[in-house]
Amino acid sequence: MEFKITKKANLFTIFVMIVGLLFTGIGVALEFGQDHGHHLGQRVLGNMLINSFFFFAIGLGALFFLALQYATETGWYASVKRIIEALTGYLPVGIIMMVVTLLIITLMDGAHIYIWMDPAYTTPGSHHYDAIIEGKSAFLNKPFFWIRTIVYLGTYFIFWRGFKKRSMLEDVEGGTKIHFLNYKKAAIFLVFFAVFSSTSAWDWIMSIDVHWFSTLFGWYIFAGMWCSTMIVLVTLTLYLKKQGYLPNVNESHIHDIGKWTFATSFLWSYLWFSQFMLIWYANIPEETTYHLMRIENFKWLYFGMFLINFSFPMILLMSRDAKRHAGILTFVGVVVLLGHWVDVYLMIMAGSMGPNAFIGFMEIGMMLFALGFFIRVILINLTKAPLTVKNHPFLDESIHHEI
Amino acid sequence: MAEQIIYAMYDDDDVLKDGAKKLVAKGIKVAEVFSPFPIHGIDPIIGIKNTRLGIMAFLYGITGTIIATLGMRYFMISDWPMNIGGKPNFSYLDNILAFIPVTFEFTVLCAAHGMAITYLLRNKTLPGMIASNPDPRTTDDKFVMEFRMSENSNFSSEELLDLIKTTGVSEIDQKSVK
Repeated sequence: MEFKITKKANLFTIFVMIVGLLFTGIGVALEFGQDHGHHLGQRVLGNMLINSFFFFAIGLGALFFLALQYATETGWYASVKRIIEALTGYLPVGIIMMVVTLLIITLMDGAHIYIWMDPAYTTPGSHHYDAIIEGKSAFLNKPFFWIRTIVYLGTYFIFWRGFKKRSMLEDVEGGTKIHFLNYKKAAIFLVFFAVFSSTSAWDWIMSIDVHWFSTLFGWYIFAGMWCSTMIVLVTLTLYLKKQGYLPNVNESHIHDIGKWTFATSFLWSYLWFSQFMLIWYANIPEETTYHLMRIENFKWLYFGMFLINFSFPMILLMSRDAKRHAGILTFVGVVVLLGHWVDVYLMIMAGSMGPNAFIGFMEIGMMLFALGFFIRVILINLTKAPLTVKNHPFLDESIHHEI
Repeated sequence: MAEQIIYAMYDDDDVLKDGAKKLVAKGIKVAEVFSPFPIHGIDPIIGIKNTRLGIMAFLYGITGTIIATLGMRYFMISDWPMNIGGKPNFSYLDNILAFIPVTFEFTVLCAAHGMAITYLLRNKTLPGMIASNPDPRTTDDKFVMEFRMSENSNFSSEELLDLIKTTGVSEIDQKSVK
């Protein structure tokens, strides 16, 4: 069945993008009024990094989830496979956004976001000289940063293209050859992803708080990414189902994706808490800075974000009926997705701008613009392939899925 | 009056499931199914409601959370204030992070044990309880459906037996209990 974007959805994405642009404009004007645009570059680039990364991560999470289904030879997901693939379709766009953002930041010598890119911090005798940053410069320097970034993004892109190509080929050819090839490729991808999801989180996010380090940080980012992906997946599936597509998707599929949402939000909360609790317990100054800064300046946002991302899914999605209820799932999904955006906001903006950061017109505007763009890309991706796979070896199992 | 019970034995779970579907469609009430393993999708056919074990698990979990919190509040703060990493030791709330892992573990412990015991009790399969299945072969490779005459008063026992015989049954046994 071919998907067609409704007029309403089309207008909605355009409306969200225009409101986003409008808000961004107001935000830029206000920023000029406040302190003559002193923080403008840093704030705009910080917002670009937040939104590039947040939505790129959803596409990447979908690619990971798809690879996970291939590698574990799962059956139930065959009916929703094309929706996962449409989400992974944001990946190339997300890669471009990441590259553009990182390129501008690099050309501006870090733009006060990655201060280790600024030679003033690593040149001995300079006014800003920082021995800790210089000590890390063997790893954190521009050329090596870009080598790593290109390797991550290139690997993701190559695997994405392979999965996409084979998925379309399977519709035509059938048989199990492609299935077993996907199985192998997915296993290889997961090995790369396991390493890269951690190290890319250090490079792109953790290096903003350049003095600070946490070995758990990569998994924490990964869990947040996975949770956001599952939320988008469940919301999108419910939307398509409501529009009358997806005849093969029954309550059990929705229940399964709901369970994934529930489980991954727990995984995220568990990792957030593990990182926070260990640092709180040990109370070592060089480790506590990260949380101290955020608690002192963003107490309500920081703990509120955690409580919402943890307790909303826990309380509302605990029962079996709630995981099958479209209204509850969508409500929890929208709130928690916003919560995870705030999580990324606090990682990046609190790290780069410190006490000067606040959520104003610019933050909301750029987020709305990116959201509208993201939804638009996903909907366009959905039109490019039939919504139901043919010849998937487990399609029959998926149609009769019942839990 | 003595209760008449009919046991219909099958060699295959799919045959039993199809048979159950057919009999229930004719208005016959199946009292129970005995099987060596869970038969997928049999519950809605013979009219078994969704399990309430999840609700019990939640209640057991909450009990664990409360007991753990009250216990640690007493042991670590009131009775003998413990020095936790040099942090304020007369406040539970300020040290709550240190107590969360234990609270979590105790919640899981209570929920898991409560669920396991409830399950065994509800199924009457706690160690030492007398087995209630009609034939020991239902723990190996046979499947048995149980019908009670009192629940199928619209049918005579001959009618019921004739209907059951059309469903590919391998053995039929009748019993009367007081």
